[in-house]
Amino acid sequence: MFSPTRCFAVLLKEFVQMRRDRLTFAMMLGVPLMQLVLFGYAINMDPKGLPAAVVTADPSVFSRSLVRALQNTGYFTVVAAPATVDEADRMLARGEVQFVLQVPEDFSRRLQRGDSAVVLVEADATDPAATSNAIAALNQVALTGLDHDLTGPLAGLRAGPAPFEVRIHRRYNPEGVTQYNIVPGLMGVVLTMTMVMMTSIAMTRERERGTMENLLATPVRPLEVMLGKIVPYIVVGYVQVIVILLAAKFLFDVPMLGSLTLLSAVLILYIAALLAIGFTFSTLARNQMQAMQMTMFFFLPSILLSGFMFPFRGMPAWAQDLGQVLPLTHFLRVVRGILLKGAGFADIAASVWPLALILVAVSALALKRYQRTLD
Amino acid sequence: MSAATDLAIEVNGLTKRFGDKVVVDNFSMQVPRGKIYGFLGPNGSGKTTTIRMICGLLTPDAGRGTVLGYDIARDSERIKREVGYMTQRFSLYEDLSIEENLDFVARMYGVKERKRRVDEALEGLGLQARRKQLSGTLSGGWKQRLALAACLIHDPRLLLLDEPTAGVDPSARRDFWDHIHDLAHQGITVLVSTHYMDEAERCHAIAYIAYGKLLAHGTLREVIDAAHLSTWEIEGDNVIAIAASLRQMPGVEMVAPFGNTLHVSGTDAGKLAASVKSVRREGVAVRQVDPTLEDVFIHMMREMGASAHPDARRAA
Repeated sequence: MFSPTRCFAVLLKEFVQMRRDRLTFAMMLGVPLMQLVLFGYAINMDPKGLPAAVVTADPSVFSRSLVRALQNTGYFTVVAAPATVDEADRMLARGEVQFVLQVPEDFSRRLQRGDSAVVLVEADATDPAATSNAIAALNQVALTGLDHDLTGPLAGLRAGPAPFEVRIHRRYNPEGVTQYNIVPGLMGVVLTMTMVMMTSIAMTRERERGTMENLLATPVRPLEVMLGKIVPYIVVGYVQVIVILLAAKFLFDVPMLGSLTLLSAVLILYIAALLAIGFTFSTLARNQMQAMQMTMFFFLPSILLSGFMFPFRGMPAWAQDLGQVLPLTHFLRVVRGILLKGAGFADIAASVWPLALILVAVSALALKRYQRTLD
Repeated sequence: MSAATDLAIEVNGLTKRFGDKVVVDNFSMQVPRGKIYGFLGPNGSGKTTTIRMICGLLTPDAGRGTVLGYDIARDSERIKREVGYMTQRFSLYEDLSIEENLDFVARMYGVKERKRRVDEALEGLGLQARRKQLSGTLSGGWKQRLALAACLIHDPRLLLLDEPTAGVDPSARRDFWDHIHDLAHQGITVLVSTHYMDEAERCHAIAYIAYGKLLAHGTLREVIDAAHLSTWEIEGDNVIAIAASLRQMPGVEMVAPFGNTLHVSGTDAGKLAASVKSVRREGVAVRQVDPTLEDVFIHMMREMGASAHPDARRAA
């Protein structure tokens, strides 16, 4: 027979236990709130104001109008005007700009002559989604961007087809294959989830099972415990990396232009930083359940704010600042740079030092939090 | 040899608070080397906290002390190296085998000739055949023996055993105590906390702690004598029926039923004798007996409950 009294007793007990476990309670409110804020405000599938460099060999009224028209679309912000194409290409490789506009020296002459004028736009197409709308806007620029300047004898060019051609080079990923962007990124995502999770239960498990007391009674030092608990997972991390790289190569044909040695060197930093974060969680959480919750709380913004799923440059400034704190953000730049762009150390250095900084800061926090006594 | 070096543990004024609760209050104790020292007291009296302060797992809020000549505040690392601590709850890895656990502990202490020591420990346990068995699958008695073997593997000079025999059957308890006496004979000092009065009788000396305070210490005889308690045994049919009225009589401080007998105790021997004799009748025999340790401890608890406890409440 169903007893409402017994059922109510169970229900009441659940509520009491839920209230006692404050962290779980906070998570139940915090996770949906975080999702609302991130999905609602931070994520933008139509990134605007993308940084562009302009190299113009033809400083004329037409090229100035062209740049203005470009900015007026809202998709481009001209942040640099390097003197040479080489310099502009380096900026593209480092990810400092997403587009390079090249105006050839005969641009205004050909335009005035009505003789197939061309400007070249190089786009960093590693993330096809981030650039597609901006590229679409270029056609409009070609059609109407120079209308104000086409006066007098040139007025006839306003009607009809575009007065000049915008030639687009999709660099690094010419066919716009989404997998080229996702698969290397996935390496960072898989590591973020597994590495943080594995170490976050490292100390809490000792505490929950009562083995912590025995461990503390021995002369073992905090650094010895931390390294001993982290190193096995570095090995696990590398095994995961090898599996993903093999899949990237043989299943998805992802190009691997850069040095895999450089990639594995940066991977040590990245994996160690993640493990240190997990270890810190494990010194904060009271039990394994809480450690898992903290991992989830860390994983969610890592996915959303790092540029893995949604274009980093599409996010508002505060979300980008938040994203800079996450190791995944920097690692994505490194792994995509090395594999897709063939970036060398100089190109990725700007993303390597933040990883090192995160590692040092989090390790210091973990060692500070590690209790040598049961106080 | 100076007096100080004859002591394995010497602590003075140890105090530990958790929040505003004083768990150990101005606690002092001397444990001579090579002796078995029993640590008794009710649940929550501060035994475990005191042991943890002695082996460096908790930092005292006040007080000082030395363990094996090392300062407990400064030299906790040296102390950890020379002390074997057996926790109340089984704290080896249940998902490691017996051998792996012993090996892990031996490595933690940097034991020389590790393989040989682990083999010896397995032999001593009689567990060589089951060395690959996971520790979690052992029964309570075997877990306790394994834990003891693990905390002996680095040849400690002092053993701290926190309720080692809780939940262990009587025959395993007896073996355990025989082993402890062997160790003491080899010169190892043993501090062992327990609830069992029969175990207190197997110690060279005991300390009784309640509400974080040391109430009595010395040999069993000294502790019993110091209480100045006289105890009578009342035997007969349905003695329980007279227990209630006895409690109201002058000189009667404690009435405890033991099967068909009552233990009646008090500190005023004259009044107690008069009261007890007044209930003697047909089929009810009374005789004076030696107070047991249990009588003494319950008596001390009552005294504490009457005096110290209201203080503690006022302080909180």
